[in-house]
Amino acid sequence: MSEGPFRTGAFGVTGTGDTSGFGGLVRVEPGGAVTLHSTDRPYGGWFDEVADALAEAVGQQVYDAAVRRVVVDRGEITWFVAREHLLVLAQALRDDDALRFELCSSVSGVDYLDSGGPAGERLHVVVHLTSMTYRRRIRLEVAVSAEDPRVPSLTGVYPTADWHEREAFDMFGIVFDGHPALTRILMPDDWEGHPQRKDYPLGGVPVEYHGASTPPPDERRSYR
Amino acid sequence: MTTTDPHADPYAGSRETTEGRVFTVTGGDWDLTFGGADQFAQERLVVNMGPQHPSTHGVLRLVLDLEGETVTQARVVIGYLHTGIEKNVEYRTWTQGTTFVTRMDYLAPLFNETAYCLAVEKLLGIEVPERATTIRVLVMELNRIASHLVGLATFGMEMGALTGMTNGFRERELVLDLLEEITGLRMNHAYVRPGGLAQDLPPGIEDRIREWLAIMPERVAGFHRLLTGQPIWQRRLRDVGYLDVTGCVALGVTGPILRSAGLPWDLRKVEPYCGYETYDFEVPTADTADAWGRYLVRMAEVGESMKIIEQALDRLRPGPVMVEDKKIAWPAQLSLGPDGMGNSLDHVQHIMSQSMEALIHHFKLVTEGFRVPAGQVYTAIESPRGELGFHVVSDGGTRPFRVHVRDPSFTNLQATAAMSEGGMIADVIAAIASVDPVMGGVDR
Repeated sequence: MSEGPFRTGAFGVTGTGDTSGFGGLVRVEPGGAVTLHSTDRPYGGWFDEVADALAEAVGQQVYDAAVRRVVVDRGEITWFVAREHLLVLAQALRDDDALRFELCSSVSGVDYLDSGGPAGERLHVVVHLTSMTYRRRIRLEVAVSAEDPRVPSLTGVYPTADWHEREAFDMFGIVFDGHPALTRILMPDDWEGHPQRKDYPLGGVPVEYHGASTPPPDERRSYR
Repeated sequence: MTTTDPHADPYAGSRETTEGRVFTVTGGDWDLTFGGADQFAQERLVVNMGPQHPSTHGVLRLVLDLEGETVTQARVVIGYLHTGIEKNVEYRTWTQGTTFVTRMDYLAPLFNETAYCLAVEKLLGIEVPERATTIRVLVMELNRIASHLVGLATFGMEMGALTGMTNGFRERELVLDLLEEITGLRMNHAYVRPGGLAQDLPPGIEDRIREWLAIMPERVAGFHRLLTGQPIWQRRLRDVGYLDVTGCVALGVTGPILRSAGLPWDLRKVEPYCGYETYDFEVPTADTADAWGRYLVRMAEVGESMKIIEQALDRLRPGPVMVEDKKIAWPAQLSLGPDGMGNSLDHVQHIMSQSMEALIHHFKLVTEGFRVPAGQVYTAIESPRGELGFHVVSDGGTRPFRVHVRDPSFTNLQATAAMSEGGMIADVIAAIASVDPVMGGVDR
């Protein structure tokens, strides 16, 4: 177990799908993933090289303003960045000779429902970039609140982000400013709500049969 | 024309002659409606193809703007096979996750499972035993051949070469027989599990794989005889669906499409996992950047996969196929029953009559599952269609907090417009067939 607030106890566990009744003896609270502390320099390996090159490419001032936290975990590096600087960073990461992250592997969302911090920034946009030249992978993460879920679109820098952003909009309701056609992609056009948000009700209406009713799935025991 | 004449017809001019009144009938008001309109605009036609269409490679819907037979705009509509797998996985244990992700790209189930398990293992910080890794490589490469054979078969079907389809599915069945013997199921195996494998190889399977390896080159040669040299096949594929390296990288396209444009980008070589750096194989490429190149690359990859299978068989050594850690390891010393399900009489006897603690442990592991330390990882492997990436987030619990799949079909399909706009409508089919998208993976 790594950092994070711990909870102990054998019974009365909620939120794990535990039907055995024993629960865990030690567990990290949900959101442990985002409360990881910022990693101090040196990051190790080529991570420092990329960080230095990025700071040089965009300028130290912009870098300091844009980067909120850098986390190195399990051999992967993540830059938590402020949304207003995302495009500047992405452009530099793609074009700078020392960086050359040509391929945007994936853009997706994560909903950290209860651990958005004081600003309620629960929705995270996670961007995975690959440098084919140097064979490196990095991750950018932008956190926004559900009330103001706006993030600049990466489609201008990486055209492949088009469908990935549409999916993140469809599933999490993250609005990508500047996207050419931000519409639903997997769910039907007239769908209401964003299904992969953690507070999205799990399906259905109560079904009545012979006078008894079956609650929707999220009100059943194992999903509580 | 006498406009004051009360008998005048508004649509037909008339004049008086010695033989009576003569009417001149013209095309009504059509000239007024279309006079001066663009010649081509009159021929603009919007055609909806799919989602139920034999040539769109699954439940894919295309909205094509046509001028004559030329496609001016191709829009792709997906989502018809969306089953919410990513959401479902969040409500199952880490082990049960395999049974869901295996159903995404249903032609490459073992790749989905392995990529997912590599991500979970990275989060756990564990190494699987060597035999398990070798068997993973073995079944993945078998699976790659099966997948390419289906890609080839559907390619043939969509191009009208129906013998290509029947032959492709016939050869694939041989691979599926092997996979069925190994895993118990033809598809959706759930064979690769976090920590190793569900069970060891059945006795004697090595010999049957070698027998299959012996007949396969002749079958591949049969495809070359049937299709490669055939003029119709060549003319349908050459210079169709052109996408160069720049276009591929901008659109995130990987796999055989990128390699057909000349870039030997194969994650097995550039970012080795599962010990691929120790296998001797080539990365086939083409320089045509079209459907023809993709066909040749896939054909060549079948041969390379056979080389890897042979090497994997040679280096199989007896040993465990699941990690030692009993807090993670599913009881893996199973034997395959006649119903295809694994069972272990020794294990049942142990938990039922010898050790209460073992029973409790088994019960907890099966119902609740194991815990995975909080954090996030991204692992990518080379599936038959390109980079298959798993972004897995754990909150420290017994269930995944978030599993996002970067499916290669989903990303590659974005290139449809770039490949087919400006070409003929028949070439749209060839372009999409050369992308070889699997809608189960696209829609998840």
